[in-house]
Amino acid sequence: MTGAAGSGRRVPAGHVPVPGPRTWPDGTGGASAGRVQGPGPGVALLYEKSRPGRRAGTLPSYPLAKVEVPEGLRRSAPPRLPEVSEPDLVRHFTALSARNYGVDTGFYPLGSCTMKHNPRVGERLAALPGFRDLHPHQELDGCQGALDLMWRLQVLLAEVAGLDAVTLQPAAGSQGELLGLMLVRACLAARGESGRAEVIVPDTAHGTNPASVAMAGFDVVPVATDARGNVDVGEVRARVSGRTAALMLTNPSTLGLFDEGVEELTRLVHDAGGLCYYDGANLNAVCGISRPGDMGFDIVHFNLHKTFATPHGGGGPGAGPLAVTAELEPFLPVPVLVRRADGSFALEREAERPLSVGQVRGFPGPFGVLVRAYAFLRAWGPGLREMSQAAVLNANYLLARLRDAYELPYDRLCMHELVLSARNLKRDHGVSALDVAKRLMDYGFHPPTIYFPLVVPEALMIEPTETESKETLDAFADAMLAIAREAQTDPQLVRSAPHATVVKRLDEARAVKQPIVRHRFDP
Amino acid sequence: MGAQRPYLALTPDDVAGLLGTIGVGSVDELFRDVPEGVRLRRPLAVEPALAEQELVAHVSALAARNAHVGAELSFLGAGAYDHYVPALVDSVLARGELLTAYTPYQPELSQGILQAIFEYQTAICELTGMDVANASGYDGATVAADACYLARHATGRTRIVVAQTVAPQVRRVVRTYAVGFGMEVVEVPHRDGVTDPGDFAAACEGAACAIFQQPGFFGCLEPAPELAAAAAATGALAVAHVDPLSLGVLEAPGAYGCHVAIGDGQGVGNPLSYGGPHFGFLAAREELLRRLPGRIAGETVDADGRRGFVLTLQTREQHIRREKATSNITTNQTLCAIAGLVYLAWLGPQGLRELGETCLALGGYARERLGLPLCFEQPTFKELAVRLRRPAEEVVARARAAGVHPGYPLGRDYEGMDDALLVAVTERRTPAEIDRLADVLAEAGA
Repeated sequence: MTGAAGSGRRVPAGHVPVPGPRTWPDGTGGASAGRVQGPGPGVALLYEKSRPGRRAGTLPSYPLAKVEVPEGLRRSAPPRLPEVSEPDLVRHFTALSARNYGVDTGFYPLGSCTMKHNPRVGERLAALPGFRDLHPHQELDGCQGALDLMWRLQVLLAEVAGLDAVTLQPAAGSQGELLGLMLVRACLAARGESGRAEVIVPDTAHGTNPASVAMAGFDVVPVATDARGNVDVGEVRARVSGRTAALMLTNPSTLGLFDEGVEELTRLVHDAGGLCYYDGANLNAVCGISRPGDMGFDIVHFNLHKTFATPHGGGGPGAGPLAVTAELEPFLPVPVLVRRADGSFALEREAERPLSVGQVRGFPGPFGVLVRAYAFLRAWGPGLREMSQAAVLNANYLLARLRDAYELPYDRLCMHELVLSARNLKRDHGVSALDVAKRLMDYGFHPPTIYFPLVVPEALMIEPTETESKETLDAFADAMLAIAREAQTDPQLVRSAPHATVVKRLDEARAVKQPIVRHRFDP
Repeated sequence: MGAQRPYLALTPDDVAGLLGTIGVGSVDELFRDVPEGVRLRRPLAVEPALAEQELVAHVSALAARNAHVGAELSFLGAGAYDHYVPALVDSVLARGELLTAYTPYQPELSQGILQAIFEYQTAICELTGMDVANASGYDGATVAADACYLARHATGRTRIVVAQTVAPQVRRVVRTYAVGFGMEVVEVPHRDGVTDPGDFAAACEGAACAIFQQPGFFGCLEPAPELAAAAAATGALAVAHVDPLSLGVLEAPGAYGCHVAIGDGQGVGNPLSYGGPHFGFLAAREELLRRLPGRIAGETVDADGRRGFVLTLQTREQHIRREKATSNITTNQTLCAIAGLVYLAWLGPQGLRELGETCLALGGYARERLGLPLCFEQPTFKELAVRLRRPAEEVVARARAAGVHPGYPLGRDYEGMDDALLVAVTERRTPAEIDRLADVLAEAGA
């Protein structure tokens, strides 16, 4: 069957592979960022390109007396870092970037990751010498501009969250979650309720939620999703008790649905003496439309790299600030940014903040990310709700176009993302969500998130974001529909995808069974 | 709604078309599942939108109010360092295919990032002399907490031993995290700026892990091999927190028996940026591979037998293992780690050694030229703790008035050290600049 899918049909019409040599035999050069390249020789590792005596960087040398490291502490064998020239390095990383797909390359509807356009002005601003070359231990009078920016960002985030106070320290959403749970612990202790150990987490939650609960020393109490895709209120009612420390909720949920019972959920938890934590992973749906604080949440984390468009960097850096109620403010991590009566800014440390949970990162925040997010928010201003409106509009358009070809587990309007199921294709044609995802690559698109949330079999979680045009959405929908047809007419073509990427489907099981996690040098 | 809004592509006609296909009359109708009681019925109370050139003017004005290291001659260190970042790093990081990608869940479209991570892991292993490394943590402080969580599960023990010569910010972060881990923290005081192996060994009895820093926070070289041996003898994991740029001249932790090596990647191709973002690294012995937190890239083959890279051992991670995961980390610091890789490749082994030698020589010159008594008579790397004749805070203020930031007042973190200043000398400080520091300190009555 594989052979029946002739090579001419493997790559969809309109996406012609880049012709000519892709990579020279020595592993350098090759095709630029063509969306569809087709398999070819790989890029040699830097270590394989290394030649003794070659180097890129030069350093100043000063006519100074040499200082020796004491015997026993001196490096015995040099690290085998690559020995390469600067031109080698430029070509190497250019070749690697050509083998990678970003938002800049094309449509990247990775659900729950909010892969929107990253405005370039943020890069320019973060690189201003006053920011880029500012030492984190600089005295207060020498960093007022940075603190002012952070303060302004805090004010913006508090307004979007509908809460009272903000910390910008967490480096990512998951660190925000962990810090949020530390705040829960500190707050409960201050209330004399230290015995509360349970955190209620819906079954649709991101895996980070239960992992953070465990790292914060609490126990997970899972609750199920009801037939409409909301958290099962009855189950929460049955589970809340004097042991409840908190509820962690993502709203809209990872099903892309706004929880219609959210007011009841937060009321139940508050009535039982617990706190409510809002996972802001999906905040892109509701900025300026509905505020977590108004839903009854005490703590909110933002993912600045998602909602406020800072580049994801191939996995990071991100930023996961928290907004909290006034009750939780005294527990925020040090240093705490404050504005003094004279309008200047200061950082309060342990001595001034005796109730603080402590410090959670080396320095006050992932500042360069904060600059970019601040710029994004100021570019939008009060009209930010239109960002969320466009995100929700785009997602519902894809839902409308795809709902007949794929199964829709919950028949409702979606928010900023939609979750479909490839269960019908799997059952009827043996084509899985993974196969659909891989085949999308042949059409030039990054796949959606797959197999998540766990409550939907063969899940395809699609988040288009607000920055995509109708033409792009149509091209993607056309590809999804074409793949559904291919699943009927030529399932093996889909099952053996991708065909047009620089490598074919990779053997992930082998990488687990025989882990090779670093280059092995020849003896 | 339309294209006049920043970064949107939908025209008014598009909006109408999309709504028609969806079958609703208005955008507001799309939000009908949002209960009335939680809707915001007013515009966000924030300042008006700025056009791009207004934004640049506004933010540039904020940046101009900061005394950055190009405006004020700086000898600040204490955990963040003014090392040179080559132009090559900026150039690689500007590649949109890397900058705007996310975690490489789909390896066939992410070979560039995955190979770069694999090369980064190799570089970290080579630097530290360890067998395996993850794809990065947030910073040098949080990876110390990660190491403690790893040690709790690897040993079943709950005590963390930390030398007081470990950077204060790292110790504070470990203390904060330890509460949730159900672990207690014991600190080992220093003797004359360094940790005594006997003191360390006594504290390590029954501990899960023991963390020391090389060079220590005061810049002094710790008896690292003896500290590692003291920890290992008690069954605790020996954790070395190392300055990666010292490892061209200082011995690799793997060579003296450490189980885990961690550190901060800021100086490695990442600018100061007021403390972030940069990266933390975590490397370990082979037997700890399946307990490592965070992403790990691994080598495999594709359907045609071609070499390729994937995220591997994912059953350690939160998206699979949930509350049983080795960590909650998801978004990490990949781009900053790639900056580290580019920088290390730019430097090469010889450059790394020269960098270390230059820092040592400049440190020696500063020692002699400043002519101030040392807090501790020890060999040092990159940083020097000196005693002043008046409070360090006062000297800092006077020196800054003359355009020089002379260093970090140690009294902020250590009792009885109000007259002590920590002076950092990276390869970016010239002998002439050290001369100027000496003059300014003398004028400040130091």
